[in-house]
Amino acid sequence: MTRKLLTGNAAAAWAARLAHVDYMPVFPITPQTEIIETLATWIDDKQMTGRLVTLESEHSMISAAGAGAATGVRTFTATSSQGLLYGMEMIYTVAGWRAPFVMVNVSRGLSAPITLEPDHNDIMAARDGGFLQIHCATCQEVLDSTLMAFRLAEDERVRLPVIVNEDGFYLSFTREPVEIPDSLKAADFVGEYQTENMKFRASAPSSQAVAVLGGGPYSYFRYELHLAAKKSLSVYREIAQEFTELFGRSHDVIENYRCEDADYVLVMMGCFATKAKAAVDSLREAGWKIGLLRPRLIRPFPGEDFCELLAGKKAVAIIDQNISMGKGGVLHAELISELYGNADSPEIIASFIGGLGGRDISQEEFFEIAKVLKDAVLKGEVPPPRLLYTENELRQLKKLQAIAHVEREELNSHG
Amino acid sequence: MGETHFKRMKDLPSTHLLGTGTPMCAGCGGLQALHEIYDILGEKTVFINAAGCMTLLSVYPFTPFRGSWLYTAMAAAPASAQGVRDALDILKEKKAISEEEDLLPVVLTGDGSAYGMGLNATSGALERNLDFLYICYDNEGYGNSGQQYSGATPHAARTATSKGPLGFSGFKKDLFAIWAAHKPSYVATVIGSEPLDLARKIEKAKQLKGSRLIITLAPCPTGWGFDPKESINIGKLAVKTGIWPLKEYINGEIVHTKIPHSRLPVEDYLKTQERFDHLFKPARNEKLINEIQDSVNSYWETLTN
Repeated sequence: MTRKLLTGNAAAAWAARLAHVDYMPVFPITPQTEIIETLATWIDDKQMTGRLVTLESEHSMISAAGAGAATGVRTFTATSSQGLLYGMEMIYTVAGWRAPFVMVNVSRGLSAPITLEPDHNDIMAARDGGFLQIHCATCQEVLDSTLMAFRLAEDERVRLPVIVNEDGFYLSFTREPVEIPDSLKAADFVGEYQTENMKFRASAPSSQAVAVLGGGPYSYFRYELHLAAKKSLSVYREIAQEFTELFGRSHDVIENYRCEDADYVLVMMGCFATKAKAAVDSLREAGWKIGLLRPRLIRPFPGEDFCELLAGKKAVAIIDQNISMGKGGVLHAELISELYGNADSPEIIASFIGGLGGRDISQEEFFEIAKVLKDAVLKGEVPPPRLLYTENELRQLKKLQAIAHVEREELNSHG
Repeated sequence: MGETHFKRMKDLPSTHLLGTGTPMCAGCGGLQALHEIYDILGEKTVFINAAGCMTLLSVYPFTPFRGSWLYTAMAAAPASAQGVRDALDILKEKKAISEEEDLLPVVLTGDGSAYGMGLNATSGALERNLDFLYICYDNEGYGNSGQQYSGATPHAARTATSKGPLGFSGFKKDLFAIWAAHKPSYVATVIGSEPLDLARKIEKAKQLKGSRLIITLAPCPTGWGFDPKESINIGKLAVKTGIWPLKEYINGEIVHTKIPHSRLPVEDYLKTQERFDHLFKPARNEKLINEIQDSVNSYWETLTN
């Protein structure tokens, strides 16, 4: 075991290296590219084996990854944002093949307007496709989760592709101290890919992903996929337990930060949750009984865990770093559907949207969110959903527009 | 490369490998070609299919193939072939499987995928000199959805989306030339109604390494409008009129394998199909018929220069 300063991207590459991946179909996209550059360099330097092939699009990349896994080799790939959406048809398709491989997604806001900075609309778009999703908040988690993801994907009770999500820039390009597991120990933990009947061989002809006629067979396969995804929650717990025993780090389904005696709870995904943690600490110092829950698994959705952890709480704020246009925060809607009908669910469940396109969420905003929760409890009324944006930001935007107008007018008057 | 095993018709395989009872239309020229191709390729293949008519060959839980099959998506077949080929190569290098377990990835798509949506993935596969075989059954339109025009539809053909008095205003894309421009190992046109020419080309393609691509014209009774029993005659006429040149690209050169000397007039072919009825009824459209004849003439005249 060595401890190094690694970016989230390097941590992801290290996990693929430690898992002895055979096959890496890739395609570059910011902010993911460092992952595939790192792997390509290691292969060129003979520090790792495996075949890396650059496809001509993410659609092709995910097709090749699915086909590689379906032929029986351990497969890893990575993408981000527009790339994930360009490959979306194949996200659904290869999950339907039950092709087990691991893909790291480096979250980045979606066009339009085009941007490089992170939010979770890209990964939320892949929510219903059949890939499992593990969301990370630190570079260490990226490495550990990616290692565990191979186990989860390839488990015979699961057999589904897994996305490990890290936030662009904040994790992808940020160096943090990361413990790199001993390579023999890691290889032992991940084990060999037991392809079973998932293969193409001359001696054992097989047909995969054939068409069906009618809703009966179609529903059969779709339900099987759903049930496997549900089942993966308990499989993940087993794998995470084993990981803790071997490496000493625990990665629960939901990270529970100071919630035990809390009246108020913030819920957030990804690395912006670490900002929320800092706010929780400050508020605790000021006498607040507040905590944070950060789901690491989004698919399967850990509904029962949430219900248990939130039972008896006064108020919850779900802070979504995504926005479903015309509806609101995705995690908010999902969590409410789980809490609905439980006698001891919190009465106040509030929605906040922030952090789109890498927009910061300041400590003051977290304090304000806590205050909104407290006021709501006093009034006994659920507050309306809020889109975080400050007067100062609006002023800055108007200022830029004004400058652009003046420039245009000056050019016109000289022209 | 050795001498051909297929010197005369009686040399063609007498046992047939592809199962019967598939839901392809009666008289499907694509299925005819596939039967002939499969007899030569054999079962050590994995067919990688894109959305199209032939997706319905394998409907759960049945398949007419003795070998393997993977359905992908309309734009994805060559990329999936890349994944299968790479995985088999990796397994061989690791000695996880023996050479005997190896398979030839065979991409099977219609013209809708080959000429359009899948062209990007094909170009990528050719850049990487993917070791695979591509078979495009070209029925000159989006057949499985009811014959709308595609990049493969010939000029003036009536389709479900070109029903006007002049038919399709565009021109058939030269996919052979686009493929050949990538300098792959082999490109050929074939047709099921010329089984000896087809067999020799598939035999040749099978022996080569790298990217090998075949376009078979697929006379389509339902899409083109003719009695299924005419399928082979129409295929033969496509060759005799010079409308469907049989050729191959190998080692940087294009060779025509069956040159129709004293070509029949194109109208002998056009008249057999309802999709060209408007060229003859209610009045003969001399201008459009001549245009089609001229383009065929100019193709063959450029060759002899």
